[in-house]
Amino acid sequence: MAMGTTAMATAMATATATAISALSDLYATYQSTIGYIGINGLLALSVYATLSCGQLALGSAGFMALGAYAAALLTVSAGLPFPVALMAAAALPAAVALPLGLPVLRLRGVFLAIATIGFGEMVRLFLVNWDFAGGAEGIVAIPQKASVGLIASCLALALFVLGRLRGSKWGFALEAIREDEAAARTMGINTAAYKLGMLVLGAAIAGLAGGLEAHFTFMVAPNGFSFERVVDMLVFAVVGGARTFWGPAVGAAFLTLLPELLRELSPLIGVQPGPLRLMINGLVLLAVILFLPNGLASLPAGLRQWRRRQRRAPEAA
Amino acid sequence: MTPALALAGVRRAFGGVRAVDGVELKVAPGTVHGLIGPNGSGKTTVINLVSGLLRPDQGGITVAGQSTDGLPAHRIAALGVARTFQNIRLFPELSARHNVLVGQHLRRHPSPVARLCGLPSARAEERQADAEADALLERVGLGGRAGEKARSLSYGEQRRVEIARALAARPRVLLLDEPTAGMNPSEVRAVAALIRQVATEGHAVLLVEHNVRLVMEVCDHLTVLNFGRVIADGAPVAVLKESEVISAYLGSGGA
Amino acid sequence: MGQQIINGLFLGSIYALFALGYTLVFGVLDLLNLAHAAVFMLASFVAHSLVGGAHLRLWLALPLAMIFAGLLGVVLERVAFRPLRGRADSNVSGLISSLAVATVFQALALQVWGPNVSRFPVGTVPERPIAFLGGVISSLQILIIGIALGLFVALAVLVRRTRLGRQMRAVAESPRAARIVGVNVDRVIVASFFISSALGGAAGVLFSLAFNAIQPDMGRSVELKGLAVIIVGGMGSMVGAVVAGFALGLVEVLVVAHLGGSWRDAVSFGALFLILVLRPRGLLGAASLREG
Repeated sequence: MAMGTTAMATAMATATATAISALSDLYATYQSTIGYIGINGLLALSVYATLSCGQLALGSAGFMALGAYAAALLTVSAGLPFPVALMAAAALPAAVALPLGLPVLRLRGVFLAIATIGFGEMVRLFLVNWDFAGGAEGIVAIPQKASVGLIASCLALALFVLGRLRGSKWGFALEAIREDEAAARTMGINTAAYKLGMLVLGAAIAGLAGGLEAHFTFMVAPNGFSFERVVDMLVFAVVGGARTFWGPAVGAAFLTLLPELLRELSPLIGVQPGPLRLMINGLVLLAVILFLPNGLASLPAGLRQWRRRQRRAPEAA
Repeated sequence: MTPALALAGVRRAFGGVRAVDGVELKVAPGTVHGLIGPNGSGKTTVINLVSGLLRPDQGGITVAGQSTDGLPAHRIAALGVARTFQNIRLFPELSARHNVLVGQHLRRHPSPVARLCGLPSARAEERQADAEADALLERVGLGGRAGEKARSLSYGEQRRVEIARALAARPRVLLLDEPTAGMNPSEVRAVAALIRQVATEGHAVLLVEHNVRLVMEVCDHLTVLNFGRVIADGAPVAVLKESEVISAYLGSGGA
Repeated sequence: MGQQIINGLFLGSIYALFALGYTLVFGVLDLLNLAHAAVFMLASFVAHSLVGGAHLRLWLALPLAMIFAGLLGVVLERVAFRPLRGRADSNVSGLISSLAVATVFQALALQVWGPNVSRFPVGTVPERPIAFLGGVISSLQILIIGIALGLFVALAVLVRRTRLGRQMRAVAESPRAARIVGVNVDRVIVASFFISSALGGAAGVLFSLAFNAIQPDMGRSVELKGLAVIIVGGMGSMVGAVVAGFALGLVEVLVVAHLGGSWRDAVSFGALFLILVLRPRGLLGAASLREG
């Protein structure tokens, strides 16, 4: 009897140790991916911030760039401690978002999108031409101070704040603005202030993500903050589902992991990894926008409804 | 006594069309003031002007003596004005309860810090708000339906949710724009009773309606518009006898 | 100075042609088609394959590439825009689905033609420089400006004088009213997409001839400039697109000549921003919001 228990205990201990070792190997290999899930999650949330009140603001690449460069310059050139740099990374874009938002948030739908895309491009152009910050080459040899744990904590904080917002008086006001802005105003909601607040919050989150990325990948360069970048962020938010505060993070995780999986797959299909990744991204986005407009986050509720309908059908017959 | 709502010489044109052409109106607190007239006579424009979705070209609007001149819609709402819409503008994806909760926006003052930390004071405030919202829905006869999405409710039910949402603000002035359009007779009776109750509680009600019988039952005072101008103003029975009013309605096939 | 004007007009004609496609779809459907640049790029590749691979002459390859682009536009409308038409947020979701299709198109281009730069074979357009306005204008530039102007005139005739043009203007004004008077709105929309994409395809072929470089991401910078052009010119205004396109081309060339190449893109975004803040409807755009 005692022998059997010991054998089982030994077997379990060995299995656990192997699992932990395998997981930590996995972790070491995929550390970069896991870190990026966190960074992309933050970026998706920065776009979600304005989407949640119905505004398609696409300036997050510009805000991210401002945060990344501010943080990088403070640690590399000014030698300031990393926490200070990180706070500046969130604060600078937030400060810029204020004067930007005032004129720009008055624009409707597509015009707001274009204006904010324009803003992002102007930031990129400015950085390309700013020799002190390395011009087109950017800044290299940034100390690696952002650990996966820190990134995860920042993502958790952002999720917490946005999650607490939902279901509160201010969260309801944001949803009202998304549904019908004029009607919301007649209920006393200062829609301009709310929209501006969310733009500033989104800018701070994007800037934070930028500061983290700069200290995770050792370098920043202007071409990392192009229009494509903000399109990626939008795709994360839409695929994950912008009707819940956690949907965008799910979308970011899914679309960050997907290329890794595809890289294993592509030799089997005979398609290059680059085109394959793009193709899948495009098809996933198309499928979501056509068939699952509220994103992956709406799957559980959708499945529940579908199952309920199936159960009812035989009775109806 | 200061009127809860007063319009003086209010004019508003769209292109060449004078939708509202020198309207004078006074609504006393605790009364129901009807605003009737044929289609296109400017009734909804008046409501839009009072609630701030439109600016008057000329003239003044005051709420409890305070001018709304130059104020954005959300500040006018803060003076104590709430409304329903002729075409129903509920928030379709939100539940009935959530719609009413938004109506409470100006009256709720939760602490952001308490909410962020999930403190008991915040949770109590939210429970209170929910209870009030549910009570209002109960009052308009939608007691068990609070959790349903607004867009899945029937037309009459949606109108009632809109009324509950407007009442949630406990406004000085309640603007109702054709609140019983599309309702069946028993629903109309219930809304009529509700409107009288609301007035008794001290609110001033400006009621735009096509249903003349409802207007006769419920209103203390009546103003008739035609082509943006006031053609009659006074006690309902007297006003409806005036020949100009009769010809306005018969002439344009209104009501 | 004369040389710069020539270069500016030549660049501007391509911008104008590209922007016309954007503005056509926006005018008729109140939608921004972000797959326009991908069509621009695919048409260039197809023209290149026709000339380089199938050894067709340019005067045949260009119309064929345009037709191909037009058909892509029809597919795009059917797949990405039509299913979304009833939805409340249809112009935002339309934007996103056009982005999705653009990504798919780019992936196709990468897979079929690879990431490297392709060039037209030498001699596609005979080189014959002519002195003009104090500068030198090449036969290529004459060809491009000529084709662009020809297409502008053709479009103007279509819109002003033909039945389809009248129907397009009616739908742009109000689809509901147009349907009531018997216009087949769906067909008009398909036709608009065909024409818009064909113009974008033409712009692509001309652009790739002008700069003799074709690659899967060539649409990027033009796409954003195209947006700047239609904003400045006024969304939905065809004359605005043409005028603003030429203006942008001229100003860009002058800025590069006097301030250096790195500030070139700042022109379009600066103008974009100024207009959006000061006069959102653009220089020649319609003042009112479209009714549904």
